[in-house]
Amino acid sequence: MSIPADRSPLEEQIAQWLAYLRRRRAFHGPDVEELEGHLRDQIAVLTEAGLTGDEAFLVAVKRMGSLDELSREFAREHSERLWKQLVIAPHATDQTGTATRKEFIVVLCLAIAAGVAIKVPALFGLRLSPDDEVPIFYFRNASLFVFPLLAIYFVWKRGLGVASGLWLALPFAAGAVFANVYPFRTAGDTEVLTILHLPIALWIAVGFAYVRGRWFADGGRMNFVRFSGELVIYYVLIALGGGVLTGFTVLMFAAIEMKADWFVGGWLIPCGAAGAVIIASWLVEAKQSVIENMAPVLTRLFTPLFTVLLLAFLATMVWTGNPINVERDVLISFDLLLVLVVGLVLYAASARDPQAPPDFFDGLQLLLVTSALVVDAVALAAIAARISEFGFTPNRTAALGENLILLVNLAWSAWLYARFVRGRGSFAALERWQIAYLPVYSVWAALVVAIFPSVFGYR
Amino acid sequence: MDLTKDLVAASATPLVLAILAEGDSYGYAIIKRVTQLSGGHLHWTDGMLYPVLHRLERQGHVASKWCASENGRKRKYYRITRAGRSQLAAQRRQWQVVDDTLRSIWVQECTA
Repeated sequence: MSIPADRSPLEEQIAQWLAYLRRRRAFHGPDVEELEGHLRDQIAVLTEAGLTGDEAFLVAVKRMGSLDELSREFAREHSERLWKQLVIAPHATDQTGTATRKEFIVVLCLAIAAGVAIKVPALFGLRLSPDDEVPIFYFRNASLFVFPLLAIYFVWKRGLGVASGLWLALPFAAGAVFANVYPFRTAGDTEVLTILHLPIALWIAVGFAYVRGRWFADGGRMNFVRFSGELVIYYVLIALGGGVLTGFTVLMFAAIEMKADWFVGGWLIPCGAAGAVIIASWLVEAKQSVIENMAPVLTRLFTPLFTVLLLAFLATMVWTGNPINVERDVLISFDLLLVLVVGLVLYAASARDPQAPPDFFDGLQLLLVTSALVVDAVALAAIAARISEFGFTPNRTAALGENLILLVNLAWSAWLYARFVRGRGSFAALERWQIAYLPVYSVWAALVVAIFPSVFGYR
Repeated sequence: MDLTKDLVAASATPLVLAILAEGDSYGYAIIKRVTQLSGGHLHWTDGMLYPVLHRLERQGHVASKWCASENGRKRKYYRITRAGRSQLAAQRRQWQVVDDTLRSIWVQECTA
């Protein structure tokens, strides 16, 4: 349907009516065309009968029925349309169709490349097989198999220049060096710390590609935060499907007396896990405007529950007087809890309209942040006591640093939240703070990877 | 005279099928034919015809095809299918029963 540049008032009115129609989800393209044809036939007959264009339009629209009723009828007949569908390959003929197909091919190639990359070390004797333990090399380098390819995807998708692309290669190269040149004692504390921190440090490099290398421009960082949350959710969903596939692979081959373990453990799981990161990223990119974001929904669901958990924990601790037992697992779980709280705050902020006035949920968030702050302070005191008694170890130092970083974030967030809830500040300030703080996590993680092993003698 | 909504909805299926049994047609022409047949008494909200047509298509009673119309724009033509014809016959029998029943009681009323 082509619309001439200078439209008559009648054409203008028809176009407007069609625009109203298209905005309703119950109508699809062909329906709109069909109804447009009807409207034009009716108008033609009415003008022939002597009505002016304006009058004919009014009568024709009136006879068509109210849009509300019409869309209700269409929705009843086409109820499937009320479910938003993720259509990845639209009309194959038009421009966007070829672009979508091209993107799919690039994504497929990158996903296969990720799957191949994870098998390359096998050529050098580091085999993945279900009978042996997985060589720790794979854990140290886990992020390096996939993140560079993910960065390449965004460099391609965002049209970044070759020069910026090469700059982006630097952090990955540095990560590869730090993960592999240090003479770690096998499965020592510093090696485990490297395994845990390298992905956090490198994720920001992916983020840099995601925002087209313009870290400080127009909301790109918040979009990257949203992307990260959705990516985790999609990855988990794909992993669930992958688990079912794996189960059936083993079962069906077992039925004909074949052992599929070598394939499942050596190929299906590692290659699938690597490729799925790329596929999940692409899905998040493709569906971002089609399907509701899931991370904020989970945030709404779990903020009250975690608030209750933290308050119950604090109350129990005060009541019984039991101190926190500073074991490694405990420290890690506390850090994770605080990371989770920061995540809840971050994703609540990502989905919130900064202009809206404070509501009940904001009060709840403030309560969550405050109780997390108290828990963090208690954990920090326990770690500090442990350190002053037994000295610094890699784990305690890393936990101390992470707790401090989260403490600073939560403290300032609590302050900004309190100001906002009392109507003295804007929500945008809180959002800005959360976003500005993002690189701190990566910088700390990079420090842990780069400095800790040598400082602590590769223990 | 305005018919009730339920009656309009109930009569829509046999009417549309019967009109299509006369020959292939499209939305606007079907509406015009309904008005003409009823002498202007039966009045549909134009837009409501389309969900009915789409339902009949989903049920396999009619089939549709996009063709160019005489004014050059595309138009969706509907054609009754074999299943549509048997549906029409069934509907006709049902309406006949309703019609006969009402007729007999109203005839009694008049003669009483």
